[in-house]
Amino acid sequence: MKMGNFALMGAIISAISVFSSAAAADTKVGMITTLSGGGAGLGIDVKDGFMLAIKQSGRSDIKVVIEDDQRKPDVAVQLADKMIQSEKVDVLTGIIWSNLAMAVVPSVTTQGKIYLSPNAGPSPLAGKGCHPNYFNVAWQNDSLHNGGGAYAQSAGYKNVFIMAPNYPAGTDALNGFKALFEGDIAAEVYTKLGQTDYAAEIAQIRASEADAVYFFLPGGMGISFLKQYSGSGVDIPVVGPAFSFDQGILQAVGAAALGVRNTSQWNKDLDTTTNKAFVKSFKAEYSRLPSLYASQGFDTANLLISAIEAADISDIEAFRAALKSANFTSVRGDFKFGKNNHPIHDVYIREVIQEGDIFTNKIIGKVLNDHGDPYSKDCKM
Amino acid sequence: MINEKYFNSVIVLLLLLVPAWATASDEPFTITLITRAVVFSLAAVGLNIALGLGGLVSLGHAVFFGLGGYAMGILAFHAQTYSALFEWPFLIEGTKSMPLIWLVALIFCSIAASLIGFLSLRTSGVYFIMITLAFGQMFYFFSISWPKYGGEDGLSIYVRNGFPGLNTLIPLHYYGLCLVMLFLALWFSARLKKSPFGLALNAARQSPERVETVGLNGKRLKLIAFVISGAITGLAGALFADLNRFVSPTMFSWQTSGEIMIFVIIGGVGRLFGPVTGALVFVSLEHFLGGINDYWHVYLGLFLLGIVLLGKGGLVGILCGKEKINA
Amino acid sequence: MSIVLIAEQILNGLQFGVMLFLMAAGLTLIFGVMGLINLAHGSLYMIGAFAAAAVASFTGSFILALIGALTAAAIAGAMVELLVIRRLYSKDHLDQVLATFALILIFSEGTRWVFGSFPLFLDIPRYLSGSVELPGSIQYPRYRLVLIAAGLLIAAGLGLLITKTRLGIQIRAGENDREMIAALGVDISRLYTLVFALGSALAGLAGALVGAIQSVQVGMGEPVLILAFVVIVIGGIGSIKGALIGALLVGMTDTLGDIFLVELLKLFTDPSTATSIGSSIASMAIYLLMGAVLVWRPSGLFGASP
Repeated sequence: MKMGNFALMGAIISAISVFSSAAAADTKVGMITTLSGGGAGLGIDVKDGFMLAIKQSGRSDIKVVIEDDQRKPDVAVQLADKMIQSEKVDVLTGIIWSNLAMAVVPSVTTQGKIYLSPNAGPSPLAGKGCHPNYFNVAWQNDSLHNGGGAYAQSAGYKNVFIMAPNYPAGTDALNGFKALFEGDIAAEVYTKLGQTDYAAEIAQIRASEADAVYFFLPGGMGISFLKQYSGSGVDIPVVGPAFSFDQGILQAVGAAALGVRNTSQWNKDLDTTTNKAFVKSFKAEYSRLPSLYASQGFDTANLLISAIEAADISDIEAFRAALKSANFTSVRGDFKFGKNNHPIHDVYIREVIQEGDIFTNKIIGKVLNDHGDPYSKDCKM
Repeated sequence: MINEKYFNSVIVLLLLLVPAWATASDEPFTITLITRAVVFSLAAVGLNIALGLGGLVSLGHAVFFGLGGYAMGILAFHAQTYSALFEWPFLIEGTKSMPLIWLVALIFCSIAASLIGFLSLRTSGVYFIMITLAFGQMFYFFSISWPKYGGEDGLSIYVRNGFPGLNTLIPLHYYGLCLVMLFLALWFSARLKKSPFGLALNAARQSPERVETVGLNGKRLKLIAFVISGAITGLAGALFADLNRFVSPTMFSWQTSGEIMIFVIIGGVGRLFGPVTGALVFVSLEHFLGGINDYWHVYLGLFLLGIVLLGKGGLVGILCGKEKINA
Repeated sequence: MSIVLIAEQILNGLQFGVMLFLMAAGLTLIFGVMGLINLAHGSLYMIGAFAAAAVASFTGSFILALIGALTAAAIAGAMVELLVIRRLYSKDHLDQVLATFALILIFSEGTRWVFGSFPLFLDIPRYLSGSVELPGSIQYPRYRLVLIAAGLLIAAGLGLLITKTRLGIQIRAGENDREMIAALGVDISRLYTLVFALGSALAGLAGALVGAIQSVQVGMGEPVLILAFVVIVIGGIGSIKGALIGALLVGMTDTLGDIFLVELLKLFTDPSTATSIGSSIASMAIYLLMGAVLVWRPSGLFGASP
């Protein structure tokens, strides 16, 4: 038995020492994303989109190490340390959730590595906490909610019921909506994070006499709300950000989502050559339609590739400048970075439709043009 | 069967040799990983005092782990933003000094443990498990929805806090600090077990009535054990937060309570090195199984199931047999 | 706040409560008869929902989906009892906690392995959709009324089963004195498997019924599991009556707490502070309730004194 212990220790040691060191010219990318548990769908989409772009580039000098953060902030921090200390990666990416990004990004950037966010843009990292090594390729968290406010304004709503979970991204969401909406707020409701039953809130909506509902309930929360709302007999129109109407979860909501308007910086029917090619190749590779998250993963990889082509990673100044110039064709069309390295892009309003058996979105208009974020002014960079 | 003393020495040797090897072969992450295991061990050593000695199955030790974490997070947050914690009735400022943070963590966790223990000890058995779980959930939901210190986003601390004479940013230095704390806690709990208090507590666990008849207050003994236990787990929380330079409500979640308990159970309840063994094995499993495929939780589950079904007393029990009763 | 809104919220609390009862009843039976803490009860809820979604997408029938959920959860429960749980009765609570925690890991990731990482679709049938008008011009979803009725019906059925049938007598006897009923010639291991399958089927049914108006996804069982534990602890472990009362209390507190707390606080402070503080306290409300009940009655409302 004692030998067994030593054998185990030996196995541990040899397993650790297997980590190979890459050749000098390679760029090593560490991807920390959620691949297990309830939120795995988003991580898988980002990963698949990212890897598709790497594959299409045909470059063999980009090495990607992928790890599962289990949606736990402490695990994510640990993995970031591992990737920087053991794997010696140059660039990190992949995190889905704002709270994990808040845990990992400051630690990564202070250690002198580049971080590219394919999702999650918490406001502190866009404002005072901005950093030259941190680039957000998806959106600042407020972006789609600003779009929601602008849409509600342009659609002529006068009295809107707004609702989000009681956590920082939720309060940010509602503030983002209110920033561009000038009408009245019928009620501002904060729900429990992870809540699954919205009967009480729906009753409040019914009693509120609002002319529209704006909600931010990502993941399963949104599915539950929409299913219950459509069965409630309340017919006040709802509007939300793309997260609750994404390709991955739309099939689970089903007909309950039909006709609902939602804001997004991307959709599969955006009429650009790059986007058409992306949608087609994603479908061919993974036999499913790409989601918003997949598009963001794809953009992130293409931004990275464009920078690698322009500069050497060992010259961090030049490499950052190459990233900042955003010299790649985004699947969402126009794309450039603001002062705080967050996207300046268009935000669209989409409608949920049915194509054959599949529920999906179509773009019905643009609500914001070259839209940045309000935190940029706090960024001293 | 291995002699338990030999087994414990092997663990101690492992704790000393792995970082030495990692330094020699330039694998700093291995040090970070084993630091994680050591901090978890400390948390579990804390729980083991309530669980193993006091027979108190607490599924709420995440409260103390989280409080310790937030003691560090809040003090360091105020220090790094140069803002005061309180200005009234007297000025309290943040700090970046580890000993001070640990002291605060110990004090607050002791207070919390006295209150929670006092209320929870009115119940016993499954009710005790569930009421401690309920306290954990209260803290969890409160920390998520309280915006002042980041809510669900948690708090990031940019530079690890300082300890006089050490550079805590060097992984090996920080590891050494955590290891010393673990050894101190182990030494303390070994002494505690053999002390008159420990013997009385053990008796109170096995037969509450008999202890009452000799004039001891069994409930008070258990409460003291619970407070000591909570304080040690709180210290581990502060160390864990400094290891990650980050705190968040997940430290309060029931899964955290469950994991700390799992360390103790897979290692061996009531065994001195049980929690350490459990934490080491769990952290290595998490690290190596994660590489197999996306569904690695299935293997972890099968392993845990195997430990329970295979035998009594966790890994230490399986390897070393029943505990020898000699004082 | 209008009377209509309050009435509607009370119905919502009732509906949430009876669904919690379906979960809690199985949990409390299993604990009462076998003395087992089953953390994996939430996984059976999830299995019920997934089975229902699979059957519904295959056959298109909601009734068949419910039957599928019942069957799948009962079979899964019986299998788990035969393979794993059986070996845990003699062990202490700690080993049971660890083993059933391990089962959660296996079930959750196993389900994801089989069904993929995206939520599944399960909808209420057309004949139950829409809303009905109740006296006092309260608009209320038809499906939720059906849930309340179904839950109360099952509660009544379970009550009859426990008090009037042979199986019920054995269950009650099992709660009181295990050795005695074995001595009387009852096949105790068969009884255990049966009770476990029954509890699992109830959890599976709850999963399917609730899954139709919620998100069918991996991990959906754990939040409900914690609530179900709160319920049985408030009600008193082992007591079906306690589970029902506890479930209704928790359902009401959770549904009404949020709204009334916010309204109450608005009397003292400005609306936005009231909303944020009120929501924070409301999210802890049921745990405060549980703490208060246990401090007042350490073994729950209807539990036997230890």
